[in-house]
Amino acid sequence: MTETSSQPVPKKTKANLFQQLELDMRLLGMIGAFIILCIGFNIFTDGRFLTPRNLFNLSIQTVSVAIMACGMVFIIVMRHIDLSVGALLATTSAVMAMTQTELLPNVLGMGLNNPATWAITLVVGLVVGTLIGAFHGWMVGYLTIPAFIVTLGGFLVWRNVAWYMTDGQTIGPLDSTFLMFGGTNGTLGTMASLLFGLAATAVAIWALWSGRRSKAAHGFPVKPFWAETTLAAIIGIAIMGYVFIVNSYAIPTRRLERMFEARGETMPEGLVVGYGIPISVLILILVAVTLTVVARKTRFGRYIFATGGNPDAAELSGINTRMMTVKIFALMGFLCALSAVVASARLANHSNDIGTLDELRVIAAAVIGGTALSGGIGTIYGAILGALIMQALQSGMAMVGVDAPFQNIVVGTVLVLAVYIDIVYRKRLGAK
Amino acid sequence: MMQAQETQNQASGRGSGQPPLVEMRDISISFGGIKAVDHVSVDLYPGEVVGLLGHNGAGKSTLIKVLSGAYQMDHGEILIEGNKVEIHNPRDARANNIETIYQTLALADNLDASSNLFLGREMVTPFGLVNDAAMEAECRKIMAQLNPNFQKFNDPVSALSGGQRQSVAIARAVYFNARILIMDEPTAALGPHETQMVADLIQKLKAQGIGIFLIDHDVHAVMELCDRASVMKNGQLVGTVDIADVTDDDLLSMIILGKKPGEKAE
Repeated sequence: MTETSSQPVPKKTKANLFQQLELDMRLLGMIGAFIILCIGFNIFTDGRFLTPRNLFNLSIQTVSVAIMACGMVFIIVMRHIDLSVGALLATTSAVMAMTQTELLPNVLGMGLNNPATWAITLVVGLVVGTLIGAFHGWMVGYLTIPAFIVTLGGFLVWRNVAWYMTDGQTIGPLDSTFLMFGGTNGTLGTMASLLFGLAATAVAIWALWSGRRSKAAHGFPVKPFWAETTLAAIIGIAIMGYVFIVNSYAIPTRRLERMFEARGETMPEGLVVGYGIPISVLILILVAVTLTVVARKTRFGRYIFATGGNPDAAELSGINTRMMTVKIFALMGFLCALSAVVASARLANHSNDIGTLDELRVIAAAVIGGTALSGGIGTIYGAILGALIMQALQSGMAMVGVDAPFQNIVVGTVLVLAVYIDIVYRKRLGAK
Repeated sequence: MMQAQETQNQASGRGSGQPPLVEMRDISISFGGIKAVDHVSVDLYPGEVVGLLGHNGAGKSTLIKVLSGAYQMDHGEILIEGNKVEIHNPRDARANNIETIYQTLALADNLDASSNLFLGREMVTPFGLVNDAAMEAECRKIMAQLNPNFQKFNDPVSALSGGQRQSVAIARAVYFNARILIMDEPTAALGPHETQMVADLIQKLKAQGIGIFLIDHDVHAVMELCDRASVMKNGQLVGTVDIADVTDDDLLSMIILGKKPGEKAE
């Protein structure tokens, strides 16, 4: 029996441009909103918003919330919530700050800026974050305490554990290698960025192509070739565009001089060096790609979405939903620790208020990005775009000179409005 | 009562000497002091359809959920082909080739047909990633047999009609070489055409030697599809009868009065 003879492929009678591209309308809407936002702010700031410098800063400011938002997608898809991410970020940040400024140099006598410090600190922080997350997950999954309560308690506990550990003091300066995870202190440089951009574009095109080939091999309908090419072109332009922007943000001359001095060289006259892609953004890309593969291509990811869609069905299919809960909260804890690395390295110290209100930003980013609080629906790229839109809104208003209270009023309003638009959109889809 | 059941089985000449495919012996399960199932024994032979009848709350669904691994029994034992087995969860049931079609269908509405078909048993590539294309191909194959009109392979099952969703649930049960099939009111949500489809399917599966437990409270459906019927009332087994020996009214009086035919004299 051949598939083609037994399975007549339905003819699409009407297919508009977007349907042929098979692009998610919600994704297009968000990209559109982001572009309009950027252009609007650019007009109101007399062209200061769309500069390499501002876009570079926007990307490094978004990373911390975006990394956690990726994990929050899984949590919300499984019909849970995590209110403790900002506090967990503070605790892991405090643990890492104490590890690199107290424990390793003084207690263990490794001295300041030991080459192994950053690695040990990173491992300690990630392990602590993962364990705390797993503990939350165990209480939710096995003790069946609602996630809202567990993480509301965790919110108070971990915020104040961080305070107690550091006596509320700002801990710094942090290890010099550790600071490279933070933003301007650690970038790839122009050449490596260019190579990375080309490699990423190649991988994206390969992924599109192999997906198409595997569909065609089984005789399933594929998109028209031009649509696939257009999609590849859009992705390529987006990647290379970002590389071009961060490459053209030049390191300030004074700073460059100091860098040469540190190596005992003199700077050639008139030298201009671009920053390139920040390492923190690379971490975010790595997290996003990995979790997207996990969501779409692994059993674990399939079970997350199945459990969110129908917990009883998942249980009856032999899925251990309790263990799944432990795993996703452990993952969330891991990502909080990773965000703590990025956030504390960007600020070059651990401060007592680090991560304050991040739980709300993270949940808002995931929800604006199309994650349904009723569970079962959500995407990683959506959450990252959501985080980017929130950050653009916040820093754009700051640049325009909107008063601080109004900034938060606008952000809050946008959150509610975004969810309302989403509801209307879903209803329309259902009505079709 | 046990004695009566024994003679009945022998009278029908069901696999003389051969152990039944499934034997649930003396099963009890209570929830907070209420005995949902009270020392009930039922059995099932290869190629046979046994109907489980009773009012809502009679305990028929609870009894069968012990077999499918959704509930744990308090007392009793389960034998498959004469060997005692332990079923603690749905995975154990699946390992014993027991498949269940639940009344609620137990589908993840946000996933497509092939994801639901393979849920918990995904096909993977050599790298351990789920192989969606291969699963969709298998899904198309089995759907071509079960429901040739089925076309929506890439939509979430929430977008499907009741009958289409039912065929996904049935496909999931029969795809993995089930030997024991549990159907919990499989035609409750279906139109006449789809009900006929399920009836045809049951005949086909019977011919393959699969044993089927059919839970229903429609006496006519049971009369039409089943070889034997076990009737439950208030958690207890009223009795097991050969369909050939009884009328609709006999079954109804077992369900309502809790008395076997011929017991009235007592």
